[in-house]
Formats: sequence, structure tokens, C-alpha cells
Amino acid sequence: MKHMTHLQRLEAESIFIIREAAAGAENPVMLYSIGKDSAVMLHLAMKAFRPGKPPFPLLHVDTTWKFREMIAFRDKIARDLGLDLIVHTNQEGLRAGINPFASGSRVHTDVMKTEALKQALDKYRFDMAFGGARRDEEKSRAKERVFSLRTPEHRWDAKNQRPEPWRLFNTRKRKGESFRVFPLSNWTEQDVWDYIAIENIPVVPLYFAAPRPIVRRDGALIMRDDERMELRPGESVETMMVRFRTLGCYPLTGAVESTAATLDDVIAEMRGSRVSERQGRVIDQDSGASMEEKKQEGYF
Amino acid sequence: MNSAISARRLPDEADLAQGSTPAALEDETFAGPAPDAAAAGAAIDPREAMRPVASPAASLLRFITCGSVDDGKSTLIGRLLFETNAVFDDQMEALRRDSKKFGTTGEELDFALLVDGLSAEREQGITIDVAYRYFSTPGRAFIIADTPGHEQYTRNMATGASQAELAVILVDARKGILPQTRRHSFITSLVGIKSVIVAINKMDLVDFSEQRFEEIREGYRAILPALGFTDVTFVPVSAKKGDNVATRSPNTPWYDGETLLERLESAQPETFDAAAEPFRLPVQWVNRPNLDFRGFAGSIAGGRVQKGDAVVALPSGGRSRVRGVHGPDGAVESAEAGEAVTVTLEDEIDVSRGDVLVAEAAAAGVSRRLSGDVLWMANRPLVQGARLILKLGTTQTPAALSHLDATIDIHSYEEKPADALSMNEIGKVTITAERPVVALPYAENCELGAFILIDPVTNETVALGVVRGVAGPQNAASTESSSEAGPGLATIGRLWLGEAARGDAAHRRAKIRARIAGSVLVGLLALLFQMPLALVPMIAVLDFLIRPFLAVAFGAHRVPEASSADPSIVDAGGGI
Repeated sequence: MKHMTHLQRLEAESIFIIREAAAGAENPVMLYSIGKDSAVMLHLAMKAFRPGKPPFPLLHVDTTWKFREMIAFRDKIARDLGLDLIVHTNQEGLRAGINPFASGSRVHTDVMKTEALKQALDKYRFDMAFGGARRDEEKSRAKERVFSLRTPEHRWDAKNQRPEPWRLFNTRKRKGESFRVFPLSNWTEQDVWDYIAIENIPVVPLYFAAPRPIVRRDGALIMRDDERMELRPGESVETMMVRFRTLGCYPLTGAVESTAATLDDVIAEMRGSRVSERQGRVIDQDSGASMEEKKQEGYF
Repeated sequence: MNSAISARRLPDEADLAQGSTPAALEDETFAGPAPDAAAAGAAIDPREAMRPVASPAASLLRFITCGSVDDGKSTLIGRLLFETNAVFDDQMEALRRDSKKFGTTGEELDFALLVDGLSAEREQGITIDVAYRYFSTPGRAFIIADTPGHEQYTRNMATGASQAELAVILVDARKGILPQTRRHSFITSLVGIKSVIVAINKMDLVDFSEQRFEEIREGYRAILPALGFTDVTFVPVSAKKGDNVATRSPNTPWYDGETLLERLESAQPETFDAAAEPFRLPVQWVNRPNLDFRGFAGSIAGGRVQKGDAVVALPSGGRSRVRGVHGPDGAVESAEAGEAVTVTLEDEIDVSRGDVLVAEAAAAGVSRRLSGDVLWMANRPLVQGARLILKLGTTQTPAALSHLDATIDIHSYEEKPADALSMNEIGKVTITAERPVVALPYAENCELGAFILIDPVTNETVALGVVRGVAGPQNAASTESSSEAGPGLATIGRLWLGEAARGDAAHRRAKIRARIAGSVLVGLLALLFQMPLALVPMIAVLDFLIRPFLAVAFGAHRVPEASSADPSIVDAGGGI
């Protein structure tokens, strides 16, 4: 038998999952968050349907607080690949003036991400949404299924998940129910970076160290990406050599000081790291079961 | 992928500002082929589809940990993660915090809290669901399925086991072999795992006694003959203290074997060698990007395929040759078991999702009737006649549980007759599908030998199972061999016999006797109506020969396919 390496096995498994989901869906969509995991997931979707294109559009839930570089990168990727890109923003939330500074991270995430995602899935009647979440990210995600069934209200019931023996995914559902599908379930952060390197997958430059305008706030290094971030008394903008391990809304994403400006540097730095990637995420740290609660409410 | 090493460069801000990525990067990664070029059989990408990967971990091992409640599975996994530096500082900080709040280990770190992720689990201090964990050593990446010990979660344990190549079975040194140990060992063997590490845990609580270790080892060896494992090792450990997990313990000078981690790194689990099999590709997706390209996408379940190979599409039986094989990166010369491919054929034959492309020379069972072992996972009983949906490979069809032959006691491993299966019970069953499915015994092919059963009303996954036997072709063959004059005659014979053609010889004889009796009655009726005596036998004989075909002509032979009342199915059940 031809020896398949670790990454080759993961790649084949993910392609199998993506094809299985597409076959089992009436109206699938790929959640594209512009991050490195999304980049890998999209790359695998392109492979799964070659020489055709993936039979689904990309959906980006835009909170209007993403890094500007992310938006530029998103538009370029969709254009280059010739894929349909749907951008959805919760207009009600926008009108209500929800923002990460005044409303706090919790409310902002609930309204502009979780609610917005549900709105988009309902509006377009998507019944199968691919997400780039990995089981190694967080403890409650470690128990997530590859095909995660959601109620018509998009809720996740941790105690009532379908067993997934072998790779026999049960994609049957009732009207109104939907699936979140996670093709990268078994990938680790290190696998993602190794694969990005081997496959030459473009990622947002924010992952690489560069001098950036940084404000120190509540122990985190926040990049001041635009004028909407008002400085508090005593705060100042410093130019620091930083990079990001995960990408989200810029006011909620902590940078790490780093000189890793190339992919090799990033991989080397990650191997030596003693801190998990979600550490920079402000939203995960509210309570021990924080992510589990958010998932029950419909967060990815 | 050669180019990747030399030309690894990412788009920087300047590139983005100009709206361009480095040309090489853009072309190689995303541009892909023009669809018509691919259809013409041109190379999509000059690179090999599956190229050597300069990954730090050359191989991957998937294993499960199982054992009784409180045997310390979660603790052991937490320990493995800790010892292999898979726990980050902020997670360690959270662990210290949680150990004080929920911990069961006093002042020490409670490694179980690293893996018990759901609130209910933390509160109850048990593992409910399968938790997947990841770590790697320089030579190998590991995926662990941490499976629950409670009997009520046996189904979760079986789910984890079905994806694993090796099982670590924990035994509490104080308690020895428990019923749960036997149950977990049985399920491990049911899903075909051959390599097992018996980790005798909590050695610190029995003063690292060699005698105790030996007793348990002998106890476990006694149950081995029923299980079919080919590679069993025993390691004395203390997950809590770390003895013999990653480092050799000074407390067990009498033990000179590998540590648990060393064993995990060195194990070469005996798995089914799918590549040695004939080619089999369950079709997942028909890829039709344009009129010139029609490819059949799927992951190869057995053997290898290359351009020019003669293939048959099952169950339809359509024949063709392979026109091209496309791997994840484009056209390739050949591909093997495990790889995700898209295959194009020379001829326009009817192939859709759920069909299986096989090497022309290879037989695969095409049948409506399968026998197998199932693990029932729903909290209502499974009874004979139950209507279900069978998912096997990429095919899905309504089916009925036509016969429940026996249950297997997962503690004594004995078979007993049964009327119903309750949750977490294993049964030997016969399943009749509405449409023919392409299946093989699990021991021959995991992909085409494993299935799930789905409740058609609630859509729950209610059972997992493995195929032990495939009926149908054998019966069809025996029907044909009894009338070897030609396929035409065989067909006429089958039509004449109707339903009984699918039964065994006794069933067919019974059918013929019944028909003779019926025709004799028709003859008597003719006598009653004072027909000429010479006509009476002729009428009876004509009735005998022709009446079954009238039934065919008027469609009366189309009995609902999955009917559990079909006597032929029950008759054949034992003979499969």
C-alpha cells in the first residue's frame, strides 16, 4: 500500500467530508471567515470538485469590524477563484449601534456574529453550512460532530448528537433543520500551517509580523485599524512588530509580539509556543463553558 | 510539491495593495485547469497528486482509550497531552484554576479536566461523549478518541472504536478485569481492531506489585481467544503520577517493556490492506462541470486504478474503461486505496451516487439481503420487521430488519436467541434492502462492509453494524445452475417461481407442490363442469404452466420488496 503521510490522510478525509456534505445538501454554503482555517477549507473544496468549481457560494458574516486587510483579501480570493461571495451584515444590529467598544464583546458577538449568521442562513435557506472549526481549538469543540445537526432555531444540543461511526455520516434532516459541517475537524493548528506551507495557500498578511499601530488595552495588544477606535485617557498608539494567530474583529483580537515575518518563521514560532491560539480571543474567556454556551445558541 | 519548497512565498501587503499575489503562487494554487483541457485528458497539473510531504509527523495513528468508569481514561489522556507538550501555558493556567474548582485530586492537577469538556461532564466527573484529542511526537501524529466508560454510552465507545487502528484498554489494578473490560474488548474486536495495549493503571495504589500485574495479565489472556486480536501488549502505569506513561518508572524495576508512549510510537497496527484488494470506488459525487467532463468522485475503498483499466459499475453492471484518473491536484497515472479521486470513463454508462465502480475481474456482492452484527443505539427496542434506512458506503436505501437471529452477550460472548434488542445490545441480524446494495464482508473490506441504520421517522442514527455475509448472488447462482440450458430459461424459471426464486430449495419445492395441488383442483373443477375427460388433464397442466406468468403479466408478483413477512427471507436467514 502506498504510504500516505499524516497530511495526505487528513486531506483525503476532508475532501471525502466535503463531497459527502455537498451530495447530502439541497442548498449548501461555505462559511468563509477569511482566516487560515477558512483558507485551507476553501483550498480543499477546490480540490474536491476539480476540474469543476465547488457547487456552493461563500458566505462571509461581516460585523463591519474586521481588519481592512481581511476584507481586501476576501474580495480578491473570491474574484480570483471565480466563486460567488455573499456578504451579510446584521443591519438591525448596525442601526442599533452595536459595536465592540460600547456594547462589549459578548453583545457584539451575539448580535453581529451569531444573530447575523442565523439571519443569513434563514434568508438564503441554506441547509448545510461548512465551517472551518477544528476539534483541537477548544474543549467543547473536541466533542463536536463532523456533521452537527442544528434545530430550526439553529441550536446545538450537546446531549443529542448523532453517533458518527466510521465515516458514515447521516445527513437526513427534517424541514427547517440544518447541518454545520466541519471538514477540518481532525486538523490541528500545526497541521493547518504545515499544509499552508506545503500547498502554497495564500493567507491574510496579518498572520505575519510587521510594524503595526498598537494600543495596549486590558492586557491585550489591539491594533488600531481605523479611527473608530477611540483612545482612552493615558493610551497611545505605538508601532510594534506584531502578528496575529487568529483573526476576527480587530477590537477583539489580540496581537502577539513577534518577528516571524515568513511562513517558515511562523511555523518555527508556533512549534516553540507555549500559549494556545485562542488565548488572543477576548470572547472565549468569560467562563469555563463559554464556548459551549455560545454553540448552544447557534454560534459556529 | 517540489515547487513549494523553493517558491514558498506569501502575498505581502505590497502585493495586496497592487491587487496581485505572486504569479507563481496564484497559478499553482488556485488557477487550476481550464475545464476543457481536463476533458481532453490533458494533464491538469504537472505535479504528482500525492506528493511527499515534508511534515514533521510522517505517520498518523488513530487510537481509542477505553475502560471502566473511574479507570482513569481522561486522566491518562491529559497526562499524555501534558507529557508531549500538547498543553499550552494558558490551558495549564485554566487547568490549575479548574483543578481547584472541580478537581478530584486534592492539591494536585486533575488532568481529566483537560479533556472533559462539557459542563455536565465536569459536574459529574465522567466522560459522556467521545472527545477527540491531538498530540504528536517527532515521528508520529496521534488522534485519540477518548470514549466513555459507562455502559449507557457504549454506543459512543463503539463510534470511537470504529475509527481507530489501535485500542488502549485501561484496567484498574485494584479491580482487575471487570465486565466493562470484557464489553469494551468485545466491541473493539467487533469493529476489527487487531492491536491492543492493555494499560494496567493505578499501579501506585497496589504498591507497584508485579504479582498483581501478572494476575491481571493472565486474567486478560484468558478472554483473548474469543477476540481475534493479533497484537496485545501489557503496560503497568500510573496515569496520575506518570509512571511508564512517557518515562520509565523507577517503581517498576521488574518491568522491562516499552512505556505506553513508546508503544504507541512503535506500534504498526495490523489493519486491513485495502490496496491488495481489487479496485473498488464507491461513487460520492458525479462531477459534471461542463458537457465534456463527466467524472465520478469518491475515495478508493480498495485496490488501485489507472488509465485503461476495465471497470464495471455496480449494481447496474454497465461496463467501460477508465479514461482518466484525477487526484486532488489534477490528472495522475494511478491512484490507490485511501485516496480521494475523480475517475472518467470511456463510455457514457449510467453511474450515480451510491454506485460502486469495481475492477472488471473482481466480484462484489450485489444483493438486497445482508447478514451482519449490529449494535443497537436507540433507547427503544429493535424488533424483527422494523423499517429502517440502511446507509452503506455511499448508498442509502430503505430496508427492513427481516430477521433477528440472536443477541451476543457482550460479557460472556455467548449467543442467545432473542425477540428484541435493547440499547447497547449486539445482535446477529438479517437485513433486507429495498434496492440491491454493493457490499462485502467487513473482514474483506471496511468501507463496503460497515453500515449504519437510520430511523426513517426521527432520522436518528439508531444502529451501527458490520456485514458478515452477502446473500443474493449465491441464490441467483444456484437458480441458474439448476437450469443451465441458458440465461433465457433461467429467467423464465425465475419468473415462474416468482418470490420463491429468491428462497432456498425447500421453499421452491413447497411452491411447486402448492401449484400442483392448485392445478389438480382446477382439473377437478373441469370434471365437475362435465368437460370431456381428455381435456381435463390438459386444462390442469396448462393451468400449472401458465398461471404464474399471468400473475407476472398483471403485476401481481410485485410484492413490496422490504416486506418482513416474506417467508423466503426468514428461510434464508440461517443459510447466509
